[in-house]
This record gives sequence, structure tokens and C-alpha cells, in this order.
Amino acid sequence: MSTKDNNNASEPKKKPWVKPSITPLRSGFLNKSGAARHMIWRDNIDGVPVSKLLEDFKSPLFVVSEHTLRQNSKRLRKAFSTRYPDIMFGWSYKTNYLSAVCNVLHQEGDLAEVVSQFEYEKARGLGVPGNCILFNGPNKTRAILERAVNEGAHIHIDHLDELYLLEDVAKNLGKVVDVAIRLNFDTGYTEQWSRFGFNVESGHAIDAAWRIAASDNLNLVGLHAHIGTFIMEPLAYKAQVKIMNNFMNEVETKTGCVIKYIDIGGGFASMNSLQGIYLPPEQVVPSIEQYAEAICDTLLELTHERETRECRRPTLILETGRAVVDDAEVLITSVVANKHLPDGRRAVVLDAGVNHLFTAFWYNHDVVPTRHLSGRPEETVLYGPLCMNIDVMRNSVMLPPVNVGDTLIFSPVGAYNNTQWLQFIEYRPNVVMVQENGKVSLIREAENLEIVTQQERLPEHLKNPYPKGTPRNFLTTPK
Amino acid sequence: MGQSQENNTSGNDTFPPLANLQRLAISESGFVFDPVSGHNFTVNETGLFILRLLQKNNRLEPLLDRLTTEYDSPRRELERDVLEFAGLLRDYVGE
Ligand SMILES: Cc1ncc(COP(=O)(O)O)c(C=O)c1O
Repeated sequence: MSTKDNNNASEPKKKPWVKPSITPLRSGFLNKSGAARHMIWRDNIDGVPVSKLLEDFKSPLFVVSEHTLRQNSKRLRKAFSTRYPDIMFGWSYKTNYLSAVCNVLHQEGDLAEVVSQFEYEKARGLGVPGNCILFNGPNKTRAILERAVNEGAHIHIDHLDELYLLEDVAKNLGKVVDVAIRLNFDTGYTEQWSRFGFNVESGHAIDAAWRIAASDNLNLVGLHAHIGTFIMEPLAYKAQVKIMNNFMNEVETKTGCVIKYIDIGGGFASMNSLQGIYLPPEQVVPSIEQYAEAICDTLLELTHERETRECRRPTLILETGRAVVDDAEVLITSVVANKHLPDGRRAVVLDAGVNHLFTAFWYNHDVVPTRHLSGRPEETVLYGPLCMNIDVMRNSVMLPPVNVGDTLIFSPVGAYNNTQWLQFIEYRPNVVMVQENGKVSLIREAENLEIVTQQERLPEHLKNPYPKGTPRNFLTTPK
Repeated sequence: MGQSQENNTSGNDTFPPLANLQRLAISESGFVFDPVSGHNFTVNETGLFILRLLQKNNRLEPLLDRLTTEYDSPRRELERDVLEFAGLLRDYVGE
């Protein structure tokens, strides 16, 4: 076997070079959890080699897995539809409104959950009919409300001013519009998002319901609430469902309306590590089935008596965002430089920063190399390419030495990055989707100078940067 | 070049003084103890190899010569990584 190698015996085989490292052992510094990190690497996304992806689409690169996205959606649907008879899902556009992502989820059966004129127009542009749109948000203009009313969208009223505006719009259009109101209340578990919607405890919500009941042009048919995001306690949803159910019974009795749906918003946690939480997500993030059980069992029990009154159980709508898309996308980034900080820590500069990965501000993303890294893991800071102190991708991660050009995979990154990212200092990179058949499609092209500057207009007198000639060459001594 | 060869108690300024390097207790598995400061360190395999060489000669050029014969990597790359390593060594065992 080894004879082939021995042919080259005149030149003994050289060892592969691994960067030398020296790490101080301070008491309390030995990091046990990081010890195994260098054992893990990932060199493909759904079978497509990372090297091939980068060759074709450059670094940094966002990669969406269509398979994971569909699987997540199917699992969510199954968890709820096997526990409650009447379920609908609305895809929360703000979580990730890349067209390809939205249409995967629409194909899986999701409505569109939008919160602005832009998101509304985006959903319509993708071919989503108005009556498949849930329209949330505190800033709906007259123009977009007119369009939404004409197109039969489900409008969720956020405040009294919107209520009056919508009533006026409906009256002018000569229509009676079915509406929902957004509620806020104290579940006892989460910080209250009391700035959105009508408060239940103080009576503002029932006031709004009365006002709608008195209107010739509005008809209350739905209740909406979104109690927060990354909620790790399923009991919070149990409390939410109880409060919304009680309120449903109260408005129906008092105002005579018939509530057809309860929309409980989103907020399920994804398999990500919030900064400040030291247990791994596998230990603290409930499964989708645990959320489903808390929600459906409660609602099923509470609405049982409606059936005895021959009154329909409300449709349960969910607007789950991050739990569906977060782990369906990764960010591949390359090492640009190695450094050592004055305090001895190793630092790595990457070609992707918080401008691309906005959620690095609140998550400790999982980071793995794309090849086996030999060498001892060391505490390492991962920086992005921005010349700003805030550009920290990971404050502390145990990583063996890496070389310039090595690649790292950040995950999960599917939620709130491709929507909240910034064109700041750098161009935003390509986003691709690995299809279920293994084909890779570009779903958002990287920016370039033309794209970034195309909305700018230069006034005539500013067309020339140096109309009176360029400044002197400061490298030569002035005469 | 011939001059400084004799004078290599301090070598050049790239690495800590030879005496500092020679006082380090280094184990097979890469544990390093500095009896003067009382500090402990770990080095990886390459770090261990280099430290052992430096205990004999703390000058950069001979070290790089040796590393190029031993490792499969261009000299400039070795030099870059060794310079960074040297910076850490100066910090940890320099004084
Ligand atoms: C009204 C509404 N619905 C749904 C969502 C999606 O939330 P998540 O991504 O936490 O599931 C949000 C997020 O803020 C929201 O405001």
C-alpha cells in the first residue's frame, strides 16, 4: 500500500502547517463547553459543497434551505392541525420577506401577514390575493386602507385613530368591512407589548368593540394579539388564549358581534442562543409541539361550550415567524485576517459583519468551520469588516486557529436578517436557495455600485467634485 | 549576520530573551510553566515545536529555515504566523 508513497522517499513528506498558538491558563478560564467545538465542522448545505457555493456565488453568502423551510412549515402545521380543528397560518413578512421564501410558505398554505404599505404591496406583487392578507401594524395610511378594503384584506385595527379612518374609508366606498382589533393584556409571563392595540384590562378594548358595533360600516369579526417574540414559556400562550377567549365571550355577549377568528400572533422561540442565556437552545427552547399543546388544549377546552350553543369555534390563526425560518438559513463568511488583541485574545476579521447579520446584536449564533480544524480551541473574538467598534459577530467563541480564506458558517440566520440588514459600508451579498432537488438558485443578487446609488440624484451644481481643479498633492512639499 | 550569532542571548527583538525562554518548563503535552511569573500556558503542537527550537536559538531566520524544511507552507506564511506567535510570547514571558 505504502510503496507509492515510498517512491517519493527522497523528499520526505512535509507536515501540514497549523498556526502556532499559546494560551494562558487563568483560573476560571478553562472553558469546558468549548472543548469539543473544534470537532464539529460542516462542509455542505443540503449536500451542496460550501466550496462550490462560494465558487459560484462568492463570500459572504446567505444560503436558504428550501427543504428545511418546507419541513419546518409542515411540522408546525401538523402540530397545530392535529390538536385543533380549524387552523390558519399567516407568514410574517417582516421576519423574512425574500420573495422566494414567502412563496415557499404560500405554497405550503400560509396567508400573508403584513404590517406596512410596502409589505402589503410586496404580497400583492407576489400574487397573493387581498383576501389572503392579514393587515397588522400601527401605520396604515388612507390610501393603503382604501386598497385593502377594496381588495378584501383582513384589517386588524391598532388604535382609535385608525378605527375612525377606516370607518371613513369604508363609508366613502359604500362598504361594510369585516375587521379585527388588536388587543394587548398582561399574561403574567412576558413584558407587555402595550403600545400596540387596545388594552383589555383598562377597558379600552371593549370601548373599541362598542364603537365598532355602533358603526354602519364596520363589523367586528376577529381578535388579534401578538404578545412578544422569542417567548420560551408555552404557558404564556395558555394565558393569552384564556384572556382572548374571555374577551371574545364578553364582546359577543355585550355587543352582539360574532367572532370568527382569534389570531394569536407569533413569538415562538427558534433554536438560537439569546445573549445572556447560558444554557444551549436545545435545553431551553420548547418544541413546536409543546407550544401547540399549550395553545390548542386550552382553546379546545374553552370553546367546547360554544358547540353546545351551536356557535362555531373560532378559527385559530398563527403568525409564527422566526421558529419557521430561522434554522432554514445560514451565513457563510470567510476569514480576512487574524489578529491578537492587547489582552491576548485571538481575534478574527470576517468578510460579513453586523451590517449583514443584524441579529448578531442579540444572538450568540452557532459558528462552525467548514473543514476539520486541528489545533487547540482558543477564546476568539469574531469581528466583521466594518470600521466600527460595534461590529462584533461573536464576542467569545472557542475556535482553533483559522487561516485567511478559511470559511465559517453562522446559523441560524433566517429570521430578521434579510429584512433588517443594512447597506452600510459594504455591499449586501448574494442570497441563494438550495432547492429540494439539489439545484441552487440565486434568490437575491448582491448589490453593486449601480444598485446602491441608483436612487440618488445629484443637483446640477454638484455634478463635479472639483470644479476649480483638484487639491494639491500633499505628498510633495508646497512651494 | 555573523556578528549577532555570538550575541544571541538577546538575539534580535523578535522573541523574548533567551534566558526567559530557557527558564520555561515545557511538557510533552504542551503545558508550559513560567517559574518566574508563576503563569501557566498551553501551546499547540506547532507552538510546542517552535518553543523547543527557541530554547536553543531565539533568532527568527534560523527558526524559519527549520520550519520551511519541516512544514508544507510558503515561507512568508510561516513568517506571518511566527511573528504573531512571537508577539504573544513577548507579552507572556517577555519581562
Ligand atoms: C404582529 C406580528 N405577528 C407576527 C410576528 C412574528 O413574530 P415571531 O418571529 O417572533 O414569530 C411579529 C413580530 O414582531 C409581529 O409583530
